[in-house]
Amino acid sequence: MRLLTHNMLSCNIKGVTNGFPLKLEADKWVTKEVDLNADFLRGVFPKIEWSALVAAARVLGFAELPEQADASMLSSNDFLRRFHHALLELHVEEGALVCPETGRKFPINKGIPNMLLHEDEV
Amino acid sequence: MEHLHEMELASTSEGRKEPQKIFMSPESMPKIAKIQLVSSHPEVYEPCDDSFLLVDALLADRSNLINQNPKFCLEIGCGSGYVITSLALILSQYCPGTQFYATDINLHATHTTLQTSANHGVHVEVVATDIALSLQKRLQKSIDVLVINPPYVPTPEDEVGADGIVASWAGGFQGRIVIDRILNVVDELLSVNGLIYMVALSENDPYDICQVMREKGFGSRIALQRSTEEERLCVIKFWRERETSEDGERADNVSSLNGWLGKVPFINSLRKKGNENNNS
Repeated sequence: MRLLTHNMLSCNIKGVTNGFPLKLEADKWVTKEVDLNADFLRGVFPKIEWSALVAAARVLGFAELPEQADASMLSSNDFLRRFHHALLELHVEEGALVCPETGRKFPINKGIPNMLLHEDEV
Repeated sequence: MEHLHEMELASTSEGRKEPQKIFMSPESMPKIAKIQLVSSHPEVYEPCDDSFLLVDALLADRSNLINQNPKFCLEIGCGSGYVITSLALILSQYCPGTQFYATDINLHATHTTLQTSANHGVHVEVVATDIALSLQKRLQKSIDVLVINPPYVPTPEDEVGADGIVASWAGGFQGRIVIDRILNVVDELLSVNGLIYMVALSENDPYDICQVMREKGFGSRIALQRSTEEERLCVIKFWRERETSEDGERADNVSSLNGWLGKVPFINSLRKKGNENNNS
């Protein structure tokens, strides 16, 4: 699971109003290099909840993202490289995503977050 | 808008923005997933006629998909991963930034899909979730290409969403239970220029599906159809209708839908049957 995906997931248990961002817990993660695509990064930037990305990257030991970011930074190659690495190259293999409101844990196994809800949660 | 014939699109690395007229050699034919590289599991639906039809529809619409330069592609109900892997292979050469997402309610299917994509050297982000529930809030209006091979087989209601492989086909009354649930969220998911490709069975009443989608503001046409010994399948393509469309596709699409339906009396007979059932 890439951190892009972490940034796009929310907890949808019935009645939960504050299901995003999910807190990331990581037991195992890997880095997989992938070509940087500046067009994609610039296009996706407005959709990213920056503070959630910063926090998740930090869990994986990557602390090179600025605390705050705005679109003007997208002209910097150095910023794009860091953004790219955090968003697309770090993969969580084992761990969990924790709902900020209920504390419900959604496991991540072999790189796949299990967001399936129990019968009493829908 | 100029409509390019499929074979006019050069399968070269520089061909994305400026399609050229060339003859396609076997080496330059678009790549799709190879059956021998598709991972399998006893509880996961294997690629079958419906999967092949959906991939054929994507191949036939390849130039439109490439010109779209999608950011996010999503398959709902990915099963073995054959379809989303094929889509990734079709697009990756031309649209290097595209992200591929896949969901399934069956955990075995999510792992199988991840393995199938890895076997082909492409990356798909896979999430175990019901339809797109955990993604739809944050990926609102972001999906540029949505592909769906839903559980479309008419079955008893209690088989819908059951454990394991049953969930891959069990569609409840008229096979429409899961289809209708999916159609309820596509407006939230799809981007402004987004495209949807969905497999349906004649028993699902494709004409009614198109009417339902029209009420939600979507145009539609039958992109591809095929009959096997067991079933009559089609792939329906949907897109957002715009108030003023200068592109000729709309008229073409409507007429092709009507034309197809006109030639297919079984749909009308099924609809009559459905009405009789409702009335009784």
